[in-house]
Amino acid sequence: MMRFLLLFSRQGKLRLQKWFTPIPEREKKKIIREMTSLVLARQPRSCNFLHWKDLKIIYKRYASLYFCLAIENQENELLALEVIHRYVELLDKYFGNVCELDIIFNFEKAYFILDEFLMGGEIQETSKQIVNRCIESSDMLQEDDSSEWYEVELFG
Amino acid sequence: MALKIVKGSIDRMFDKNLQDLVRGIRNHKEDEAKYISTCIDEIKQELKQDNIAVKANAVCKLTYLQMLGYDVSWAAFNIVEVMSSSKFTYKRIGYLAASQCFHESTDVIMLTTNQIRKDLSSPNQYDTGVALTGLSCFVTPDLARDLANDIMTLMSHTKPYIRKKAVLIMYKVFLKYPESLRPAFPRLKEKLEDPDPGVQSAAVNVICELARRNPKNYLSLAPLFFKLMTSSTNNWVLIKIIKLFGALTPLEPRLGKKLIEPLTNLIHSTSAMSLLYECVNTVIAGQYWFSVGSASLSSLCVFGVVDSPEVKYLGLLAMSKILKTHPKSVQSHKDLILQCLDDKDESIRLRALDLLYGMVSKKNLMEIVKKLMLHVDKAEGTTYRDELLTKIIDICSQSNYQYITNFEWYISILVELTRLEGTRHGHLIASQMLDVAIRVKAIRVFAVAQMATLLDNAHLLTGNMQRNGICEVLYAAAWICGEFSEHLENPMQTLEAMLRPKVATLPGHIQAVYVQNAAKLFATVLKAQEGNTDSTTAQETSQLMIDRLPLFVQSANLEVQERASCILQLVKYIQKLQQKDVEVAEEVNALFAGELNPVAPKAQKKVPVPEGLDLDAWINEPPSESESEDEQPKAIFAKEEPKHSRTRHTEVDEKELARRREARKQEQANNPFYIKASPSSQKVYQDAPGVEHIPVVQIDLSVPLKVPGLPMSDQYVKLEEERRQKERAEKKKKEKKKRKEKRSGRGKKHDSGPESEEDITPAHQVDIVTEEMPEVQTNLLSSNCVFVHLYLSRPLADSEKLPVRSHRAAEAAKSPVEDGETENATSLEPKKKSSKEKREKKKDKDRDRKVRVQRCSKGRLEQQVQRIVLKNKNKLLFKNLFPPTQVYDIQGNLQDGSQVVVSVIFENKCDSFLKSMEFNVLDSLNSKLQRPEGSGPHDGLTVPFQLPPGVSNEARFVFTVQSIVMPQKLKGTLTFIVKNEDSSTHEKLDFKLHFTCTSYLITTPCYSDAFAKLLESGDLKGSSVRLEGVNMPFHHLLARICFHHHFSVVERIDSCASMYSRSIQGHHVCLLVKTVSKQQRSTREPIWDTLAMCKTADSDASVFLCCKKQNQDLKDKSVCQKTHKKLYIHIIFHFYFATF
Repeated sequence: MMRFLLLFSRQGKLRLQKWFTPIPEREKKKIIREMTSLVLARQPRSCNFLHWKDLKIIYKRYASLYFCLAIENQENELLALEVIHRYVELLDKYFGNVCELDIIFNFEKAYFILDEFLMGGEIQETSKQIVNRCIESSDMLQEDDSSEWYEVELFG
Repeated sequence: MALKIVKGSIDRMFDKNLQDLVRGIRNHKEDEAKYISTCIDEIKQELKQDNIAVKANAVCKLTYLQMLGYDVSWAAFNIVEVMSSSKFTYKRIGYLAASQCFHESTDVIMLTTNQIRKDLSSPNQYDTGVALTGLSCFVTPDLARDLANDIMTLMSHTKPYIRKKAVLIMYKVFLKYPESLRPAFPRLKEKLEDPDPGVQSAAVNVICELARRNPKNYLSLAPLFFKLMTSSTNNWVLIKIIKLFGALTPLEPRLGKKLIEPLTNLIHSTSAMSLLYECVNTVIAGQYWFSVGSASLSSLCVFGVVDSPEVKYLGLLAMSKILKTHPKSVQSHKDLILQCLDDKDESIRLRALDLLYGMVSKKNLMEIVKKLMLHVDKAEGTTYRDELLTKIIDICSQSNYQYITNFEWYISILVELTRLEGTRHGHLIASQMLDVAIRVKAIRVFAVAQMATLLDNAHLLTGNMQRNGICEVLYAAAWICGEFSEHLENPMQTLEAMLRPKVATLPGHIQAVYVQNAAKLFATVLKAQEGNTDSTTAQETSQLMIDRLPLFVQSANLEVQERASCILQLVKYIQKLQQKDVEVAEEVNALFAGELNPVAPKAQKKVPVPEGLDLDAWINEPPSESESEDEQPKAIFAKEEPKHSRTRHTEVDEKELARRREARKQEQANNPFYIKASPSSQKVYQDAPGVEHIPVVQIDLSVPLKVPGLPMSDQYVKLEEERRQKERAEKKKKEKKKRKEKRSGRGKKHDSGPESEEDITPAHQVDIVTEEMPEVQTNLLSSNCVFVHLYLSRPLADSEKLPVRSHRAAEAAKSPVEDGETENATSLEPKKKSSKEKREKKKDKDRDRKVRVQRCSKGRLEQQVQRIVLKNKNKLLFKNLFPPTQVYDIQGNLQDGSQVVVSVIFENKCDSFLKSMEFNVLDSLNSKLQRPEGSGPHDGLTVPFQLPPGVSNEARFVFTVQSIVMPQKLKGTLTFIVKNEDSSTHEKLDFKLHFTCTSYLITTPCYSDAFAKLLESGDLKGSSVRLEGVNMPFHHLLARICFHHHFSVVERIDSCASMYSRSIQGHHVCLLVKTVSKQQRSTREPIWDTLAMCKTADSDASVFLCCKKQNQDLKDKSVCQKTHKKLYIHIIFHFYFATF
């Protein structure tokens, strides 16, 4: 089972956090601090796996963003790497050549995509197409809602 | 209204949206905090508005700020508001915010239950989906319990999108509310064969996760998974399935054989590294390594060859797993692993180090350590160097220095390690030096010489940094030189080295050791000097002490000061005596006489705890959390074993000790390094409860090697090689003599064939301090997992159904099977539950209850009827023979608060036909048997059936009860005709009916919040009863109370449970059952027949609850168990009553 996923920039700025188990706020901050310092201190081209407490930390850098996924001890590290990569692919598909700014300004979208892909620390959907389709249709639903609202606004 | 909307939207145009906020933050890099605090003020204003769009926008911004680390918990209620918006756009934002910000202690979660339930049953699948996703992040035990049934229903939703989410979230529900696992499991199992691959993979994920915690329950699914494994093409699902099999195979070895083929196929065919790795891992873990040997070996080679750091890392990990079972096959890769030490990636190097730890043998230890020492020299970065240092020490000292054949080599390694700059592990080296010097007697001469050199060159170690961790070794050096000073070549020189003024710059605890050991040295020096004729040298030595010690007397460190002034006075006194030409050396030496022996780290446990001393009781109040994080004092002498130190051993009984002793003896017998104790010492050890019995075996060795100067450890490698060759040669010679063969005894390594481990004899012996057998480690997984003890194959019991929200308590008592069916039927149109269905359910419930009645009364009636037979034959009087009743079940009638139904099962156990049975009860003022109209108050009721031999049937009788708050007994008779083939006789049977107070209770579920409110309300009166000697498991006890006394468990925490029931007249009865440990026992006598009594708040009617029957049950049970277990559990019942 996955425990948490963090996205942070090279400067250590957090861009996205997803906790699959409830953790107190203070603890979260501590973990984030530790993770950023741990991962950012790694040399380039070294192994992407770390042992941290009883968890395995799998991280990968895409452009200026670090994706950092914590999994339980018996999980498969390479699978975790694939999960990270799949998420990046999904983001890429949604935003079209995704960059850090896309995630900063549309952070809620990044969460929605993640929620369709992973849930409760497990992989929810293995098929890229289905995830994409789900996101599209919920976005459609949202636009239906919003268009109504815009009408009111225009009318106003 | 329209105006309001318009106004809201105009307002909104001036609001910042999320993009504005982000942009703003980026533009205010200097005063970010200030900018954000103004933003938060704005958000607070926005949240006050009625417009949901504005609120949602504000909540969205808050979610962003939360990520930046700002506290937004104050807005929890607003988040709930946005969650409950009917528009998907806002709902989505609300749930996102909730999943990011809520945690178990967020109190508004309680308010969300109904909203979530509404969303779960929304016709829009995305509403449901968003609710499920959110719930997966913040589900609490309460939510899990309340929503378990709704989610279970969703597992059979028509849309796969919902099904897969429901399946996944079910795992979270299981974790929070383990009771839901058993009822939900059949449906979860179905989902493994769901037509939708997404749902299927979700189910695989969940079951894999469950099986990891308790594999036994899932063995039966193996064939299904096997099918999936051979048919699935989805790598991610395959990985999970293989992982699952990895957990199952240890329980079912046959499974391993079956798996070999598909696993081998996968290993050969897959191109996905992750799948390959998983297969190899499973093969390794399953230990059918040799059968798949070639395949996995070749793939391991792939791991080694592929030039990716990740794969290299995993290869090393896999190797460390193989190492545990097949060390030989890993040892052959030694070079490859040593190469990895040169890798530029630190984590790979650390992995390789871990591997080396397991790979060393007597043969290769020196070689490996030599390589490691090279790495220490060129290592960059102190952390890695420290890691290397600890690893070297770990490798050498593992299992009582098992692999060290030459301790001089080891001492010189330790001395070399002291030259490391800036290491934190000075104390580690020091403790090793002490340990070796104390336990290996033969090495002392050598060690003392080395330590003296160290002390002489102390300035090299301490350098300019006083805080340098390495100076810790001086502690060991000073102590060794002092304690074993008789071995010193030039004690005077060492004494001077120890009294140098520079010593005063060392840390206090080291100075203290210096001072103390200077005194020891002084004694030795005196002894040597007094032997000479010239007495002035001895006096000079005293003068030296007197000159130098004042420096320490002025020390800021109290201990140094104290020791120094003590010794200073002593030396002054000695000097006085010396001036009178008195021989003092003998007496001074007596100060330090006696030898220090090594003591096993856990020897303390052998010392019995004195009577009346409670080690668990706090002497002072426990310190707060933050204080406990303070640094632990570092143990200098024996290595600490933190993972064992937690377990307490106060309650080990004799038997357990004997068992351990036996096991240890066994281990010692198998341990070639253990020298068996002499029988006499063994006896002492078993009888005397003192320190003497700590088994310490000492070996004196005949040939101490003496090497002058400070040798390099490398020399020893050579020396060792020579020594071994010599030994081999000798051995060969013997063989040669024996066999009279012509082969020469050239001790060349390559032609002498591989040396077996046993051939290498150590040059020194270690004092082996026997250790306790390792404690039984509790399996962390099973202890922290709540549902390990559930057995899925067992049929569901009544009490395990999921709570269903309902208007009437009666409906909640459906049996789980029907539950599933009706849910299926109603899930599509949940609101159209017809009243007919309800009635049907009610009927089901009644049927259910009847079955229960039968079950409970059957046994007793059998007894009774058997007695009838007996009486028939022996012509005895029945009257006195009957046990007081207990042949029936009494149930309150829900519809009518003054009625109870007594169900009696009549079973004919004799060979005769029974007919014309008449049941009659003598009415009391309070209770009356309901008789058909027109019959007199003393007429009996005809039982509406006859009983052929061996047949049983049930009859029900209705009683009208006035007051239910008192227990009572009703006398009655049963008359019947026994018809034999030839004759028929009239028989009569007397019985008593006990109406206990609990027979008027009706099992009613109660939620913990309602329960808490009830207790808080103050309308209840309490009373408590304590039972001693109850010895059944707590959950049995609860089950019994539930079954016989119609309570339901509200909440159970460890050995404390709150229970609830309602009487037919609406009294609330709350029951708190607690197990009390022995220590807390009061002196009160056990109360068996106490009636818990209290007055209700608003009426004068006294409520009696008769616990007698209950207690009797418990007592009966406990009597039989009391004999073989001595631990008593004490149960306290707290009763609370109320009337409404």
